[in-house]
Amino acid sequence: MSRPASILDRLTFEAAVALLAVAALVLLLAPTVIVLVVSFTDGLSLRFPPPGFSLRWYGELWEAWQLHFALANSLKVAAFSTVLSVVLGVLGALAVARSATLSAKLLDSLFLSPLILPGLAFGLSSLMFFSLLGWPVSVTTLVLGHTVVCVPFVVRNTVAALTQLQPVLLEGSASLGASRLYTLRRITLPLIRPGILSGGFLAFMASFDNIPVSLFLRDAATDMLPIRMWQDLEGRLDVTIAALSGVLIVATVAVIAVMERLTGLSKRLV
Amino acid sequence: MSPLPDVTRYDLRLASPLALFFAAFFVAPLAALVALSLRGADGGFGLSQYAAFLGDRFSLGVLGSTLWLGLKVTAVCLVLGFPLALVATRAGGWVRGVVILAVLMPLLTSVVIRTFAWIVILGRQGVVNSALSGLGLIDAPVRMLYAEGGLVAALAQVQMPLMVLPLMTALSRIEPSLWDASEALGAGRWRTFRRVTLPLSLPGLIAGAVLTFAAAISGFITQSLIGGGQMLFMPGYIYQQAIALQNWPFAAAMSVVFLVAVLAVILAFNALGRLARGYAQT
Repeated sequence: MSRPASILDRLTFEAAVALLAVAALVLLLAPTVIVLVVSFTDGLSLRFPPPGFSLRWYGELWEAWQLHFALANSLKVAAFSTVLSVVLGVLGALAVARSATLSAKLLDSLFLSPLILPGLAFGLSSLMFFSLLGWPVSVTTLVLGHTVVCVPFVVRNTVAALTQLQPVLLEGSASLGASRLYTLRRITLPLIRPGILSGGFLAFMASFDNIPVSLFLRDAATDMLPIRMWQDLEGRLDVTIAALSGVLIVATVAVIAVMERLTGLSKRLV
Repeated sequence: MSPLPDVTRYDLRLASPLALFFAAFFVAPLAALVALSLRGADGGFGLSQYAAFLGDRFSLGVLGSTLWLGLKVTAVCLVLGFPLALVATRAGGWVRGVVILAVLMPLLTSVVIRTFAWIVILGRQGVVNSALSGLGLIDAPVRMLYAEGGLVAALAQVQMPLMVLPLMTALSRIEPSLWDASEALGAGRWRTFRRVTLPLSLPGLIAGAVLTFAAAISGFITQSLIGGGQMLFMPGYIYQQAIALQNWPFAAAMSVVFLVAVLAVILAFNALGRLARGYAQT
């Protein structure tokens, strides 16, 4: 056991793993921390470390009506897309989850396929499709496009929750005389609720952060927050965006904490 | 007595609203894309847009460098993400909690914000340049923004969660006793990793690689902000043709070629996984 070769083997392996893991952890966390620090700068540029600290850019944020307008649009589209995704996605998941037929498997793959297709190609094809139909871009077209890319999160999480559901509970409920609808309402839905909630949460975030679809389906009247931020950054490196990032990071962490309490989000993703 | 109805399954027809929705707003737009890509410059139908793309050195170069970029980012994510997933799975307790939070937070913060952070890090007055000049290693700032190394680092950070999460799932399904058995039979850590851990985690590895690759090559925002105008990749190229030049048939043909190339690479990943699994079992 304690031959020199085996000690060397163990040492090099553990050292390599630990070193790379720490590097990965730093790479994952450092950017967020750096943005938070820079957002409190009192200077005019994105210098790091900042020359001094102040809240001036958070004050500027209060006045930035263009960002407020884009934020309101993004929240509205994300809310509608999430509701539509949850209704359609949960029904679809109920249908395909416990079925082993080929058509169920094919439908499942179809519903998940927007996850790996390049979003930009889908965004462009949506724009072409809606202009063929003669529908001008609007909140409606944005919601329709976003729902396609948000549904997979609901389907995946709901299917996962349904596969863990004990079938014997459903049989027990039926043998005690409950109708299928009653069983669905009183047994199935309460048990898969954490899965639906985390799927809905991921769908909301996917819509709120979506760029490839919004890029093609929005116009000046329906400006979306990520696109506005991107265009502001392309033009000039605006420190106001750092302050906005700070606000969004804190909001995201808060919502993750709430979702973790409600649904054990991290256990569903790992 | 008639057999009891199966109450554990739901009618497949429950999926019809979603199937109809997908037919109308996912399949039909993609069909429109293909139809438009077949329209020639003279208005007739044909493959002239594809011929134009595939016969053009510049366009093929853009496609090639996009796929190459995706492979590089996937490799970086794998080399850094696998040890992280391994540590998180073996450690348990608070270490696992820290890793999950570190992985989840970037996954759920906006891509624009994560990319923005890299502008701060890589810029002329950024973190890396001030550290290097503080140490007296450089006199003038090094250009890292708008350079490919910077872009690979930024994309790897943005997409790493997509690699780590499936790997953690696969690793947590490995029986810990297999590691003990391998060691008891005299295999060292490296050998156990090569012969036990790696083959058994292949499903997660392939899933992670597919997601990372797909996200890296279509990461338009990161590519455009960190890559700048000097480097052109397929998403930026398609956007330029479609929006700036309004050349929709050509943009449509480019998108179809891009989709097919991405699907081909994903199928290759999956085939490689099957092949490696077969090898591991012999």
